[in-house]
Amino acid sequence: MKTDIILAGVGGQGILSIATVIGQAALEEDLYIKQAEVHGMSQRGGDVQSNLRISDQPIASDLISLGQADIIIAMEPMEALRYKQYLSKDGWVITSSNPFVNIGNYPDQNAIIAELKELGNVILIDTDELGKENKMPKAVNMILLGAASKALKSISFDKLCQSVRTIFGAKGDAIVDMNIKALEIGRDCK
Amino acid sequence: MKKLLLGDEAIAQGAIDAGLSGVYAYPGTPSTEITEYIQGYCKKNPDQKIHNRWCTNEKTAMEAALGMSFAGKRALVCMKHVGMNVAADPFVNSSITGVNGGLIVLVADDPSMHSSQDEQDTRYYGKFALIPVLEPSSQQEAYDMMSYAYDLSESLKLPVLMRTVTRLAHSRAVVALKEKREQNALNPVSGVRDWVLLPAIAKRRYASLLERQPEIMRLSVESPFNSFKAQAKRFKMGAIACGNAYNYLSECYPEGIPFPVLKISQYPIPSETIRTMAEQCDSIMVIEDGQPFVEEQVAGILPTDCKIIGRLTGELPRQGELNPDIVKAALGLAPLPHPQVAKNVVARPPALCQGCGHRSVYEAINIVLKDYKDAKVFGDIGCYTLGALPPFQALDSTVDMGASITMAKGAADAGVFPAVAIIGDSTFTHSGMTGLLDAVNENSPITIIISDNLTTGMTGGQDSAGTNKFEAICRGIGVDPDHLKVVVPLPQNMEEITRTLREEIEYQGLSVIIPRRECIQTLARKAKAKAAQK
Repeated sequence: MKTDIILAGVGGQGILSIATVIGQAALEEDLYIKQAEVHGMSQRGGDVQSNLRISDQPIASDLISLGQADIIIAMEPMEALRYKQYLSKDGWVITSSNPFVNIGNYPDQNAIIAELKELGNVILIDTDELGKENKMPKAVNMILLGAASKALKSISFDKLCQSVRTIFGAKGDAIVDMNIKALEIGRDCK
Repeated sequence: MKKLLLGDEAIAQGAIDAGLSGVYAYPGTPSTEITEYIQGYCKKNPDQKIHNRWCTNEKTAMEAALGMSFAGKRALVCMKHVGMNVAADPFVNSSITGVNGGLIVLVADDPSMHSSQDEQDTRYYGKFALIPVLEPSSQQEAYDMMSYAYDLSESLKLPVLMRTVTRLAHSRAVVALKEKREQNALNPVSGVRDWVLLPAIAKRRYASLLERQPEIMRLSVESPFNSFKAQAKRFKMGAIACGNAYNYLSECYPEGIPFPVLKISQYPIPSETIRTMAEQCDSIMVIEDGQPFVEEQVAGILPTDCKIIGRLTGELPRQGELNPDIVKAALGLAPLPHPQVAKNVVARPPALCQGCGHRSVYEAINIVLKDYKDAKVFGDIGCYTLGALPPFQALDSTVDMGASITMAKGAADAGVFPAVAIIGDSTFTHSGMTGLLDAVNENSPITIIISDNLTTGMTGGQDSAGTNKFEAICRGIGVDPDHLKVVVPLPQNMEEITRTLREEIEYQGLSVIIPRRECIQTLARKAKAKAAQK
């Protein structure tokens, strides 16, 4: 089984931690992984993405083709839409509904949401609200990953939690527990 | 043991495991993570004596690496593609001296210019210097190639050039590691004068380099990293796929590629193999990331009845990095069904961070230069190049490391007034100091701003070679102390900054202004590390 994931956001929003958690889980499952990242100039507030591919068979390309992505996970809605062409027929979009506006010509937010909804399998999450409500403003990425876990067929939810324990273990139990709770909150989003 | 590694990290781990004694580099995307990984390794393994401190520029790095090789040890020098232009003098001549300990020159190209000003292809430099070039197609191959390349370098007594591209450098995959080899013992060159490149000796050394070319070609034909399966029947088409491009070709045919393929990951191009291939194919598509390096040569090797197609003939785009969709289209394969391009999406260009000191510098420049309609501002390479974009739009040029000072001087020589140069601290020590001496010697009427954020910011905050030395360097080069000013670039100091800038523009001679405030990214990182310690 192969899963192609596009992670999208703005430089500094933390999309790579999502990739790290999935990557660690895939490594423990002995799966093949390719994960293309953006380093350099764009990390200064520009659009950034990561192509994450996991499979039980060897993977050729580091990049995902048009119409091939099973999941798009985005930290903000316009960045989710940017990779629309890569979404597969039955693919899922999991995105925060809260825009990150650092440019003057940011498009109409309602138009972005409407265009996203046309895609079918879309989960829009008011992460600002959820983060505030649960006092975890810095775990937005884990909420989104939790919501994506249903579409992430090659890795079980328990494995993601295990991966969070491995990666955040050094930072103490409180951080681990918060991130696992964020995964659970995300999983329960519809 | 298996590890999930970036291409850059696989290269670094491969070098460490091949008995590396020193890495020499100046930061440059997409090569930076190689040296950073080795630095991290040395911090965790203090008993491992591997030189790993950043160099002032790529030329000093190349020369230091050559010196370590002279001493008999294995050295690695890393840079981005444009850095090779800076290192080109020692690089080309290192093929004339030859090496003692193994020497790998690692250059990371940036097709599509994700973080660069051109997409020059380093493979041309390898051909120019007449040495073997390696180009990995995967992270595992990048790792495995390092020990192979050191052995190759020591057996040929030549440096080996390794070329990678952004896509591989910045992509992770699982890599299987081998046993670590011990470092070479100290064993400097002695008893010969091969390294003294006086004309009489250089002529002899060059003749020896030329003599070894058939051997270098044979190694390419037999390389474990090149592959070609000869076929019994004739095919309409075949493909030559280089490095990373081989992955995109494979991606197009999940069931296996239905025509002959030559994968090239070691150069010079294996010409015998290509002639054999041409006998079996009516046409050959050359798929390579970067410039049409192989395509041009193949067109010269083959008889005209085998058609060569690729970037030069337009089936593949002449510019930009390849991806599976581009290769698929060139092969005439249909893309998967996919949604239309998004309507409600706009570009999101990078910008200077909120709170960054460069912002106050540009604000001051724009305030003062409003009163000088003929002013020209010559920029340089770093985060502050973003001052060219809105909201500042303050730059008239950005060319290469150090060009701000020398171009401002040339423009002032021609009569431009005011001519202002803006350069970062790390770029200044990289290539600005020599230009400053030219300007000092003529007391050129230019105003040089060295915007000092105490780090090499754009590449992620590496140590800057001149930190705490800039006033001393400027005075040492001969800048008049009365026209060497330091300011703190904060919004509340705007009056002082603009007054200083105006005074120094009005001064009919050379001035240097140093706005100095730490990069907010490195400052935040240090604060976080300090909090974690408590």
